[in-house]
Amino acid sequence: MRIEKVVVETEDNNVKTFSLCFLNKEDEGSFTYTPGQFAEVSVLGKGEAPFGMASSPTQSGCLEFTVSKAGVVTTALHNMEAGGIVGVRGPLGNGYPVEALKGSNVVMIGGGFGFSTLRALTNFLLDDANRGSFGDVTVIYGARSPGLLLYKDELKQWQERTDLHLYLTVDVGDQEWPGRVGVVPKVTKDIAPGSENTYVVICGPPVMIKFTLPVIKELGFAPDRTLLSLEMRMKCGLGMCGRCNIGARYVCLDGPVFSLAELNQLPQEFWG
Amino acid sequence: MRAKIIRKEDIAGLLESLMEEYEVFAPVKRDGLVLFERISSASEVFLDYQNSLMPPKQLTFPQTETLFGYSSAKGEVKIEVPHREEKPQLIFGIRPCDASSFVVLDRVFDGEDYKDTYYLERREKTITVSMGCVKPRSTCFCSSVAGGPFSTEGSDLLLIDIGDKYIAQIVSDKGAQLLEKRRFRDATEDELASAATVVKAAEASVGPGVEMDGLKDKLDSSFDDPIWHQLTEKCLSCGICTFLCPTCHCFDIVDEAVDSNGERIRIWDSCQFPLFTLQASGLNPRPTVKERFRQRMMHKFSYFLDKYSRVGCVGCGRCITECPVNLDLRQVLNSVSRLEGVK
Repeated sequence: MRIEKVVVETEDNNVKTFSLCFLNKEDEGSFTYTPGQFAEVSVLGKGEAPFGMASSPTQSGCLEFTVSKAGVVTTALHNMEAGGIVGVRGPLGNGYPVEALKGSNVVMIGGGFGFSTLRALTNFLLDDANRGSFGDVTVIYGARSPGLLLYKDELKQWQERTDLHLYLTVDVGDQEWPGRVGVVPKVTKDIAPGSENTYVVICGPPVMIKFTLPVIKELGFAPDRTLLSLEMRMKCGLGMCGRCNIGARYVCLDGPVFSLAELNQLPQEFWG
Repeated sequence: MRAKIIRKEDIAGLLESLMEEYEVFAPVKRDGLVLFERISSASEVFLDYQNSLMPPKQLTFPQTETLFGYSSAKGEVKIEVPHREEKPQLIFGIRPCDASSFVVLDRVFDGEDYKDTYYLERREKTITVSMGCVKPRSTCFCSSVAGGPFSTEGSDLLLIDIGDKYIAQIVSDKGAQLLEKRRFRDATEDELASAATVVKAAEASVGPGVEMDGLKDKLDSSFDDPIWHQLTEKCLSCGICTFLCPTCHCFDIVDEAVDSNGERIRIWDSCQFPLFTLQASGLNPRPTVKERFRQRMMHKFSYFLDKYSRVGCVGCGRCITECPVNLDLRQVLNSVSRLEGVK
């Protein structure tokens, strides 16, 4: 795929969003995906690494991946510019169960750049053709500081919408930050979204998930309506290379989205 | 039992004729080590062995394998999948445990959702002539894991040594076709009776091994038990157990390239290495020996059962014989089995 556009998301330049367009039109037609699914992105000469699609399938054409610079492949990707060619292998994984969410309210809780697939889900739910199928949509999204929030222009547009409750928070604010200050679990507790006929979808760093889950439980969300998107080191994405398992389930194949009810049946090995 | 008779003096002739049709791999002794190698003459074959140092796993799942090559010029990327050998391969003298390991690997690579064509193509063109174990080693525990010294799983033909000749038990159509063309005579009732005696004696000589009854439940409920720390304390995380294991299938995928021209390569990896699960963020869900060793046990004796309804171990005992600190999988599992106070 060809890199169409690169957007620097954060003030530390460490997170960028890459818009990738298909070189062959036939591939564009056959790449159908669900929010929450991921793909292996290849940089020739460096290798491949898995990233969740940050774009929604309702936005036609190109795919977006939000990438934090951390290792060999992500650093190489960050060094690339528009016009460069990368490989994409996917879609992989199960994605968010959008059919099951129909008719329910949806609360999304995200932190850091783990927010990328929740952004995809939000855009999917807000799409004109889909919005009527879902109840109230709430997004709670936190970053360590205002400069580390992703998709700033889009967040502004979302804030103006009447069919979305958006709560932004930062761990540490600055003089210009008008919004909430506080870590995601605490802010979630303050906002206290109702759990009746509601699914909660969580994606973020393990430490955020760990402290958010007790809050969610307190708010009355059932384990089978608490959905988490997990991260593990992976290579093949096909359930063969053997490293991303939690118990007998592979994050790449059976996940990355699991309900808390499913995770409760598995060894608690994913927090590190 | 459908069986033919092959006299020992005819083995060399059989191998020579097989070499015309197949790439033949057989145990060869070099520098004191018995390994499966491609032979060009029957005289290279060494059959007085208990088992090879390494299983012949690399014949269907090579230690390193180019998945594809790529080159990039002027914004155009070309991808080339390497040409694979057409000639079928025959593994002669593979032990029944190693033959059944192919059936274990099939479960992984011939998945419901995804098929590994690299593995499956090789598997399809592989025929196995296995050699039953008259004298199992003290570290063998095939009988614990649904195998046995004369188990036929994964074999096309199974040879049973009855002194001056082999009974060739026909296990599959591939095996039947191989013998059909070569006009061996049928085994007599007496010969089959001798074979049964040999098999019985060998089966009786395999040690008690692993207590499998209730093991999976114990493993599942003892995940957080402190015994894992005690049991694995001396493990060096060297990974030899996984590299010599006929059923270990974990791999890494790496690029070897100069600029944007190179190859994407699959290479065996090991769950015993800390980097195996280390995430770019620095988080590692299996940071110490305890988690990694436990993962190896859980994967083979619990997760594999959940996923594929069989254990992911064939009882060859290589992880026991070659462990530098003498850490014995049988003792580890039996200690977990005997845990009290755990469901």
